[in-house]
Amino acid sequence: MIRFTSLQFRIQAAIAVGVLVLVAIVVAITGPNLVHLYATTVAHCKAHGDCTYASNALTQSDSFLQSAFGALLLVLPALVGIFWGAPLIAREYEAGTFRLAWTQSVTRMRWLAVKLGIIGLASMVAAGLASLMVSSWFSPIDKVTKVQFTSFDERGIVAVGYAVFAFAFGVAAGLLIRRTVPAMFATLVAFVGARLAVTYWVRPHLLPPVKAAMPLHMVFGTSIEQTSSTGLLFFQPVTIPNAWIYSNEVVNKYGHAPTVPFLQSACHSVLSIPASGTAQGVPTPNQNAQTAFAECFANVAAKFHQVVVYQPASRYWAFQWYETAIFFGLAVIVAGFSFWWVRRRVV
Amino acid sequence: MIQFQLDTASGVATYLQLVQQVHQALRLGLLEPGDQLPTAQQVVAKLAINPNTVLKAYRDLEREGLVRPRPGQGTFVIASLSHTDPATQARLLSSMVHWLRSARSAGLGPDDIEAIYRTAFRNYFAESVA
Amino acid sequence: MTAALETSGLGKQYGQKWALHDCTLTIPEGKVVGLVGPNGAGKSTLLNLAVGLLAPTSGTIEVLGGRPSDGPSQLGRIGFVAQDTPTYEGMSVAKHLRMGAWLNPHWDSDLAERRIKQLRLDPRQKAGALSGGQRAQLALVLALAKKPEILILDEPVASLDPLARREFLQTLMEVVAEHGVSVVLSSHLIADLERVCDYLIVLVASHVQLSGDVNALLASHYHLSGPRRDRSALPANQAVIEESHTDKQSVFMVRTDDPILDPAWTVKPVTLDDLVLGYMRQAREAEPHRRPGLGLLR
Repeated sequence: MIRFTSLQFRIQAAIAVGVLVLVAIVVAITGPNLVHLYATTVAHCKAHGDCTYASNALTQSDSFLQSAFGALLLVLPALVGIFWGAPLIAREYEAGTFRLAWTQSVTRMRWLAVKLGIIGLASMVAAGLASLMVSSWFSPIDKVTKVQFTSFDERGIVAVGYAVFAFAFGVAAGLLIRRTVPAMFATLVAFVGARLAVTYWVRPHLLPPVKAAMPLHMVFGTSIEQTSSTGLLFFQPVTIPNAWIYSNEVVNKYGHAPTVPFLQSACHSVLSIPASGTAQGVPTPNQNAQTAFAECFANVAAKFHQVVVYQPASRYWAFQWYETAIFFGLAVIVAGFSFWWVRRRVV
Repeated sequence: MIQFQLDTASGVATYLQLVQQVHQALRLGLLEPGDQLPTAQQVVAKLAINPNTVLKAYRDLEREGLVRPRPGQGTFVIASLSHTDPATQARLLSSMVHWLRSARSAGLGPDDIEAIYRTAFRNYFAESVA
Repeated sequence: MTAALETSGLGKQYGQKWALHDCTLTIPEGKVVGLVGPNGAGKSTLLNLAVGLLAPTSGTIEVLGGRPSDGPSQLGRIGFVAQDTPTYEGMSVAKHLRMGAWLNPHWDSDLAERRIKQLRLDPRQKAGALSGGQRAQLALVLALAKKPEILILDEPVASLDPLARREFLQTLMEVVAEHGVSVVLSSHLIADLERVCDYLIVLVASHVQLSGDVNALLASHYHLSGPRRDRSALPANQAVIEESHTDKQSVFMVRTDDPILDPAWTVKPVTLDDLVLGYMRQAREAEPHRRPGLGLLR
């Protein structure tokens, strides 16, 4: 049965190998450039004082490949589900060959077990290799951007879980629906639905986030702004690299944000300065503006502090494992259903 | 080896047709003692009939004492139905053909010929009994 | 001796409709069984139940003494060719044989290769490129080479031309002669069944109307024709299957194990044709709202 499965699967396997080899070639050719670029520019940028320039040069290079690789990782598990999972049983029903396959001297359960096992394993390996190659290609860029939670689904091991779930669901869809194209469609919808549901409703709650209170401090981006919703807003940027920021607020010891009247009074000197250089759209450094803002800052900092709710960077791999396990668990449940269904009835 | 044929429209049971064809072949000397009948497998591979039909026919022939099965080898003819030697048969056959030719050149069709033959056959055998 | 096929009150229901109902049969081993009936009568349902592709709604079925769900060894004893003889279009003949070898422990590769050669099939040709007759022969080889004890064939020749049909039956009978397998063959072509079957089952409207050894059935049914008479005037031991009357004459088809003694009758034997059609008409008369049976061919 193992040999027969491999025989029936050979074309799909060949396509997967082709894609992976292509990715490997591109990674092998373009990857070292990024590593080299990092080593020669960004690594020493502090000494030269041009970190912004060096970082941008790195993060904006090969932008087409960045998008392409990102898209590949997003799309690969869905493709596995649609093209490996959905047709597996649906095609046998459509062609009537299930009447041939399931009257050989192999029970339906064993037939299904071997097919799910071998092709499921293949899908995990394909997704794993793709993710490995893409993650390693991105690593110089990721070292600079430090937003690992933003690119969460395109790196690491989660793609393995996504792929095996999509595959298992595809097989079950084909088993129930018995027509290839509708099963493909159902798989796509279910896969997208599951991914969205887990990303927005499950992932944030997997571990309780850390809540940290810090005094305000002046960095690039600390500012006071006019907003259409709240009127005036005092903004303190977060500088926790590679963390997943849930919320970032400026509050007093009672947990309240600064009111508009308070800000109008505390920062009146800043707010009364007309916007400089608006005629040309380029702000000019204004000694008055800087002192006015320093006074505003001191007033706010006296009563308010920053509260950040976040997942620390160190938890990244915990999240990767949990999410992979969730999708793997879903795959097992769906596969279990397929076994139960195919044992009970065929037509 | 004898080649069996099947006439599905004749109303005669299949196994009986096989028996009759063996009788015919024996009479004409086409089958002689020692000759082997085709195996059931060979017959059904040509005629697409149930093997049991062939076996039933061969059993009937065995009961009539005309054939005997040799285990592991096949079914063989052991007796003859032919009452004359091949030379006489050949002579009679050729004078028959000669007569048919004259009947044809006299303008008789197959039905006319058969009518003459049947009349002669009936009258002759009726006379010899009486 | 185990029966080749034994069912007891077997039924299969889909929603409100019974595809097969109250089917009780005992088919002895070593026979070539013809399963005949109009389309939709339940033939495919019965055969799919026998190979485990369907589960019964009621009753039981056993093939060679084993239940269809008994596992790989039970599957190995049955060779099945489904309707329209499905094969993998994109797979070559040779690959189909390899599949058979991998998936069947008792596979006889010599037999398979010999038959493929005899049929003059190109092993490298894809099954999708074969003609209907060649595909049917391939499917039959796949069923035969696993050395089953029983062959179950669901209308294997229905969509074949006459030559392909004849060749298929020749192959089948050759195998029966050589290996003594039991065969259950469903068809709506009575002429083919007449040639090859020695056991008959007539299935109409999901019910078994008639079953038995062909010779025994033919010997116990008669055509009676004579002066006009009502069926109630016939003796109790003669079951009337069919009747037709003019104002002066009556013709009956009856079933009886006793001799016909009434001198008023002209008694003639029935053919298999008459038998099957008679029982099918009888079944239809019993359910007048059903659509008439279609597609009974000679």
